[in-house]
Amino acid sequence: MTRTRIIASAVAALLIGGGAAAFAVAWRPAIAAIEPPAPKSFDPALVKRGRDLAALGNCTDCHTVRGGKTFAGGLPVPTPFGTIYSSNITPDADTGIGTWSQAAFRRAMRSGINREGQHLYPTFPYDHFTNVTDEDDDALYAYLMTRPAVHAPTPANQLSFPLDQRFVVAGWKLLFLRRGTYAPDSAQTAEWNRGAYLVEGLAHCGSCHTPRNALGAERAGASFAGGDVDNWNAYAINARSPSPVPWDTAALFSYLRQGWHPDHGVARGPMAEVVSNLSSVDERDVHAIATYMTSVFGAPTPDQMRRGNEVLAKAKAPAVPASQTEVPGASIYAAACATCHETGRPVPYGGVNLGLSTAISGPDPRNVANIVLSGIRPVEGERSPIMPGFANSMTNDQVAAVLNYLRSRFSNQPAWTGVEKTIEEARRTQTVSLQTSPPPHNAPADPTQRDKP
Amino acid sequence: MTITLKVNGHDHQIDADPDTPLLYVLRDDIRLNGAKFGCGLGQCGACTVIVDGKAVLSCVTPVLLLDGKQVTTIEGLGTIDAPAPIQRAFMEEQAAQCGYCIAGMMMRAQALLQRNSKPTDEQIRAELEPNLCRCGTHMRILRAVHRAAQLMDTAELSPSLEGSVQ
Ligand code: FES
Ligand code: FES
Repeated sequence: MTRTRIIASAVAALLIGGGAAAFAVAWRPAIAAIEPPAPKSFDPALVKRGRDLAALGNCTDCHTVRGGKTFAGGLPVPTPFGTIYSSNITPDADTGIGTWSQAAFRRAMRSGINREGQHLYPTFPYDHFTNVTDEDDDALYAYLMTRPAVHAPTPANQLSFPLDQRFVVAGWKLLFLRRGTYAPDSAQTAEWNRGAYLVEGLAHCGSCHTPRNALGAERAGASFAGGDVDNWNAYAINARSPSPVPWDTAALFSYLRQGWHPDHGVARGPMAEVVSNLSSVDERDVHAIATYMTSVFGAPTPDQMRRGNEVLAKAKAPAVPASQTEVPGASIYAAACATCHETGRPVPYGGVNLGLSTAISGPDPRNVANIVLSGIRPVEGERSPIMPGFANSMTNDQVAAVLNYLRSRFSNQPAWTGVEKTIEEARRTQTVSLQTSPPPHNAPADPTQRDKP
Repeated sequence: MTITLKVNGHDHQIDADPDTPLLYVLRDDIRLNGAKFGCGLGQCGACTVIVDGKAVLSCVTPVLLLDGKQVTTIEGLGTIDAPAPIQRAFMEEQAAQCGYCIAGMMMRAQALLQRNSKPTDEQIRAELEPNLCRCGTHMRILRAVHRAAQLMDTAELSPSLEGSVQ
């Protein structure tokens, strides 16, 4: 999940002082190529563990083009610095990682260096993966090396000089890469530590949920304060969470596991694939993540508790038929939205009561605009919530009227600014994503029939 | 309240609340029964019509959104004597089983073909994803859309549709 992300910069290289010094830190030896190991040479139990870890790491999401061959890479990742393509991580000897030894794979995860010794751009989130243990890296390696090899050359990145020079990444790493395996906190429970290890490491939640600085690194001191990904807002998931109802461990667990929660609604946008993947792993790991994240959210303040109880009570009260038609947005809401969102049918059959919506209380209108225009598409191979999109039936002015109305009626936050521009942008990216994403949309890495009601 | 609705090239004066779904107005007031009521929740596609060249679910489209827009229903495409290419194609491929979903399928396919005259299998599947068919005639529908694309290469669009093609 590190798409609109990241990267090294020339500035970083200059900061470390002179080309010679840069070269000295930049140089890494190649690790000898090996014959692609026979799939049978790996212990099946190890491969199975690697499979679960790959799901926790959400590897398919970046390393698979929509509708393309799994792990064959080639997904364009737009960043403020240019477009970077995800690499082929199937065991193909020519275009994938078939000639990588286990040591080469560990080095890539820990230090962001490929087998040939070149620096990898930090779109590959080794700032998190550096926390992964050698044992887990070896399981991931076993899993990837036993997938079908796909011949798929990775397209050349579109970066301008000097960012197209990989040695500048060395400067970025000096500044931002803290190497080292996760160190458990002995004051916390084993489950909390397991969650912290996953969240800070393989699951790399901060890659989307932490804001980035000008050089594309996660901002120190702003962990989980909310970030951007693919024209979506990745909400703050710390004390600054905009969720109307405060999260607790039980709610987080069921949301991450099944993709929705009655008090919070449905996971959408880039989070949809994350929850799809989490639905298939050991539920103890998901529970550990929920436990750790609860402590990151922190205990809700009395004010947050009161507000949460208020919106919950309102959501459960019988709906007052919305009939104010003076405000343009109100009449559209009453006619087009309330028919599902105010019926009291439980999520995911009915729409969530919008007083509970994090998107409407969020810092900007991007997520609501995306949902109103595109709706929620069904997840391939699963029972999942759906919502019709209104891109074809509403003009931008009508969508803006709805968004402004939703904000004023369902949140206690000030009005959004730039709603019109956001809608234009959402329409533009919607068209692009419909063109570049053949179905299945948001398909899970490994479709398993999730046990949804 | 009286509103004016442009449907299949004609203006209709309707007495309805602005929040009335387009589907109800089409079926109850204008007596155009081609668009079907399936779920009323935007989840099945049986009610699909074309508004300004785009496929729209009429059950979740209140008429207040339609000011100045052109609505086309299946009745606007062709007649029994002179079916439109999309209708001929569905008949020739025998794509209807019970037929309940078919008007919606045709309208969404029509909107696609107006935009893209030679869609691939993938594109047709992606486009028709919101439309459900409980009889399972999907493979025939797929063939019918391809056939319609060929027919449209040679046939003319029906006169009443031209106004709504953007
Ligand atoms: S009746 Fe409109 S989508 Fe089902
Ligand atoms: S033909 Fe019966 S629902 Fe499609």
